Amino acid sequence: MSHMSGSTTAEILPTVADDATWGRGVSLWRDPRRFAGVYAGQLGITAAFLLLWLAFLVSAPDTFLRWEIYAAYAATIPLFGIVAMPLTLVVTAGEIDLSFPSTMALGMVGFVLVWENTDNVTLAVGAALLIGVAAGLINGFVIVQIGVPALVATIGTLFFFRGLSLVLIGGRNVTLTGTRDSIVFRLFVGEFFGIPMQFFWLLLAAVATWIVLNRHRYGAAVYVIGDNRETAELQGIRTKRVRTLLFVLVGLAAAFAGILSSLFIVSFFPSVGEGQLLPALAAVFVGGTSVFGGKGTVWGTLLGAFMIGTINAGIVAAGLTGFYTQLIYGAVIVVSVSIHAIVQRRFG
Amino acid sequence: MGDNGAGMTPGTPRLELRGVSKQFAGVQALSDINFRLGRNEIVGLVGDNGAGKSTLIKHICGYHRPDSGEILFDGVPVHDLTVERAREFGVATVYQERALADLQTLWRNIFIGQEIETRFGFLDVRKMRRETHRLMLESMGFTSAAVTPESVVKTFSGGEKQGIAITRALYFDAEILILDEPAVGLSIKETDKLLRFIQSIKEAGKAAIVIDHNIFHVYEIADRVVVLDRGKIAGRFRPRDRNVIELTEIMREIAETGHSSVPDDSHSETTSAPGETT
Repeated sequence: MSHMSGSTTAEILPTVADDATWGRGVSLWRDPRRFAGVYAGQLGITAAFLLLWLAFLVSAPDTFLRWEIYAAYAATIPLFGIVAMPLTLVVTAGEIDLSFPSTMALGMVGFVLVWENTDNVTLAVGAALLIGVAAGLINGFVIVQIGVPALVATIGTLFFFRGLSLVLIGGRNVTLTGTRDSIVFRLFVGEFFGIPMQFFWLLLAAVATWIVLNRHRYGAAVYVIGDNRETAELQGIRTKRVRTLLFVLVGLAAAFAGILSSLFIVSFFPSVGEGQLLPALAAVFVGGTSVFGGKGTVWGTLLGAFMIGTINAGIVAAGLTGFYTQLIYGAVIVVSVSIHAIVQRRFG
Repeated sequence: MGDNGAGMTPGTPRLELRGVSKQFAGVQALSDINFRLGRNEIVGLVGDNGAGKSTLIKHICGYHRPDSGEILFDGVPVHDLTVERAREFGVATVYQERALADLQTLWRNIFIGQEIETRFGFLDVRKMRRETHRLMLESMGFTSAAVTPESVVKTFSGGEKQGIAITRALYFDAEILILDEPAVGLSIKETDKLLRFIQSIKEAGKAAIVIDHNIFHVYEIADRVVVLDRGKIAGRFRPRDRNVIELTEIMREIAETGHSSVPDDSHSETTSAPGETT
């Protein structure tokens, strides 16, 4: 080993070019076995997603061969899927955030109050997003600085943010018909070639999250923190800063999803976000992100969100009554996380 | 390489601790530690569990701040030492258990916190994988085709992990390597490899602190041995001047009385080869 020990990074780097093969990573075509090993979890979730879709297609071809059902999915899945993206980062870092449904409401309270007073929708969006960031900073402060475990801290803020929303808005429902003509409305929940805009926001969130997690220093830090926080600290990663930012990102995404949810139904209810907690979490875990941290997949979360989001309508379309929804919902979750556990044991 | 620190100011130690003390919740973890490390010296830091070895090391690598006393690099006191600043001074710590992130790939482990970026601020994954592949062949001694830069490090042996961590430290220009109990859990063959490697740190003109609870793990490779006991320095000597029976006797005396009656024969100003006395 000694012959390289004196060299500096600068001396080493220019001499790399000889070995071009390793730069590309594991190739499906050159080495399918190794590819299957490295990407086992993601291949598994992709197969599960296709199977579920096939099952729906076979049991209700009239519905699933038509465009309308997909347009409906594209409109509703992003309402929780967008939060599931930064949530994937949070879980990968070994943390959790349960407070985002209430952040969705708190952000919207800011939106409504600013909009009612200024009649300016853009300003209202800014206020909501700012509140989302603030909510994330509060979570980050309690978890990272005070040291309360994230699970406990965000159960607390789940109630606190919801309570604050109810108090600030006085429990009012507010109709948002007046926002309909704004650019914001068309940009957020309008349509583009017949496809609901929410869908593009989800794709944007997914791509951005993938880049951050897999092609940026921040994501590299997230992986290591989730794997072994002490290793991260000993290697000079500013874990407090990285962890705080995680909760800020969830807060921001939650506030944004709150706006989408409210504009989509053109009304604000102080209960907005309730019922989004479990689908978003389920999407992350069904997708294959490890609850123990250190491993996360944005692709998995995206497919997970679609699986979770299609079940409801799929079951009804397949001719079963709504009573079956939760049964199958639960079965899909248990089966997929079991598959991930088995894949972990074999290939991890 | 291997210039034994010639050309640098010989009198100034690379690293020096002056009167460093630290309390944790009322417990005196370190008291009045004076410690020097020459430019091209391997020092064994020996002591029982709880003697303060790890606490001392964590001060050097910027993880803890001393309550009193100071840490000097090249004779200059550094008061706000952080992990990052210590790293700039060339300090790199190799913890056997905590050096690597087990679930991550080899290439991610090599570049933790020091990733290569493209012009646009994104990770240059391609370059990092290639560099890792090259280091695997040249420095880590991996020849098996089953191991690739995409391999997850969890599956590697203790010695292999240690090799990865040490390779990483040298790759990023470490000048002062701190090895925390490097021999624990290694097979005899792997320990030999490790000792050869530690020797090569010296040949490369760098310095190292090797921590161990057992003096017989370090006496072959250390130029000097410093013994810690209950947060205090209990003895310093040159192990090569003594035989195994004498060393055992010294260690027993320290364990019983907390200090050694053997005179300090290792002038800490020593900066180079073993056997040299001042």
